[in-house]
Amino acid sequence: MPQSLQPWFLVIQRLGIALLTLVIVSFAVFFATELLPGDVAEILLGQAATPEAVAGLREAMGLNEPAISRFVGWLLGLAQGDLGNSYVNNMDVAELISGRLSNSLKLAGLTTLVSVPIALSLGIGAAMWRGSLFDRIVTVLTISVISVPEFMVATLAVLIFAVWLDWLPALSYGVDVSSLSAMLKAYAMPVIALSFVISAQMIRMTRAAVIETINTPYVEMALLKGASRKRMVLGHALPNALGPIANAVALSLSYLVGGVIIVETIFSYPGVAKLMVDAVSTRDLPLIQSCAMIFCVSYLSLITLADVIALLSNPRLR
Amino acid sequence: MMADSSSTTTTIKGPSWSFNWVGRIGLGIILFWALVALVGPWFSPYPPGEIVDWDFFGPMTGDYWMGTDYLGRDIFSRILMGARYTVGIALAAVTLACTLGVILGMVAAVAGGWFDMILSRLLDAFNGIPSLLFGLVVVAAVGSSIPVLVLTLTAIYMPGAYRFARALAVNVNTMDFVTVARARGESTPYLILREIFPNILGPVLADLGLRFVFIVLVLSGLSFLGLGVQPPNADWGALVRENIEGLSLGAPAVIFPSIAIASLTISVNMFIDNLPTKIRDRSE
Repeated sequence: MPQSLQPWFLVIQRLGIALLTLVIVSFAVFFATELLPGDVAEILLGQAATPEAVAGLREAMGLNEPAISRFVGWLLGLAQGDLGNSYVNNMDVAELISGRLSNSLKLAGLTTLVSVPIALSLGIGAAMWRGSLFDRIVTVLTISVISVPEFMVATLAVLIFAVWLDWLPALSYGVDVSSLSAMLKAYAMPVIALSFVISAQMIRMTRAAVIETINTPYVEMALLKGASRKRMVLGHALPNALGPIANAVALSLSYLVGGVIIVETIFSYPGVAKLMVDAVSTRDLPLIQSCAMIFCVSYLSLITLADVIALLSNPRLR
Repeated sequence: MMADSSSTTTTIKGPSWSFNWVGRIGLGIILFWALVALVGPWFSPYPPGEIVDWDFFGPMTGDYWMGTDYLGRDIFSRILMGARYTVGIALAAVTLACTLGVILGMVAAVAGGWFDMILSRLLDAFNGIPSLLFGLVVVAAVGSSIPVLVLTLTAIYMPGAYRFARALAVNVNTMDFVTVARARGESTPYLILREIFPNILGPVLADLGLRFVFIVLVLSGLSFLGLGVQPPNADWGALVRENIEGLSLGAPAVIFPSIAIASLTISVNMFIDNLPTKIRDRSE
């Protein structure tokens, strides 16, 4: 194989692994929800569960087929965009999810826009003035945010911005998004809370990546030649740390998936995660399975993206 | 990070069992919560499930040291009891996850071949599921109870422990003393227990601590969503959930459980960042 094609071969291999992982994940999601004790048809019928009715419904839902063939059918339907019908209100799951998904993506997108620039500048700054008061404050803050649960970061943000300072509404439902300022206000609390969670990881990893490059001989050489600290970091270290930093950003964004679940619940934000948490309480399995797959797919794509970036940016990994 | 400053001193003094003060404080708080989880409930001033005050979200008073919750139950007693759930469940899960993961990781590293490949691929796939999501799905399917929580958390964090231990064991496995032992004709269990395990113990212990923190966080997250420990019992995450309405009143009922969680997780992090060099540098 020509030398130049080798990295792309590795990328394709990585994508193949991601696809294989996705199949195993869907297997896990499907059979975890199949573990439900008791009969689905019986639960659905409730009081009206006569033996005949249960048998009829089982037949109609295809529950008499072996689990593995139902799994294959479900997976094929999923691949074609057919997510099945909700157990609770018999609505099309795809329809239930579509509106919610755009809401969640808006939240995630805004959070990314806010947190990436802030986190990168704080992380690079902390690495540049390593050991300074600024660095120590950033380190202590990020460690504290990482070591407390996401819901606590969110509740603290509510306490500070909505209760004490009274700048922003604490909840975001029933928002009118007619004007820009109203929209900003509605999204502010969830985005701020989520940004804290994501940024902490990103700052730590960015700082580590830059410091690792600063410790290399060629950056030391730049220092010995008399380059200023700023020039040494921004001109010599940073271009070489871009790969690891991009990797760190993609990896940190995968924390969005967990963070979104908590933040949407706290702020009653009408997104996929809220839909899924509600579906868990009503045990609406098709809905849970579909939402779970959406989260797994986004999580996997971000992790794979991080891997691919690391692979392409670092010749030693090829 | 904090490890930086200590590593410069170790080159002069060599590995030792001593800690710096940050590590000591961390260890102190960990031991304190472990003690509370063990004997705390015996010292609780009121039964944790009993309504003792007609005033809900009561302030801190001499009778109710940490105020009362949304039903008028004593928060101090409930935190003492909650320590048992949070620390107990997390400890059980982390022990199971790390024991299983480390054993499988060492076996995979020594055995190699198809066993290693299939196991690694499979467990890597499990890493592709976000942890909180996995908890949600399982709890949705089988309902929430303490054994289910322990097993779910174990399943979430076992693959990571496996990956970590396997990577370490693969390195040790190629070292000369292991080759010599193999040439002597030692059995595989001997290789794993006597040659590899002692040499990966330090990093594995540090990893166990980190994993404990993650488990505490996910457990509190699940409880906060109402899917963890079920009422009338409550771990710290559930205590925050129950009393979240008191937040706008600044009620101590929601602040103290939060402080309890934060103090536990932060102190474990402090302890791990400052482990005695004797443990940390064993493998280097």
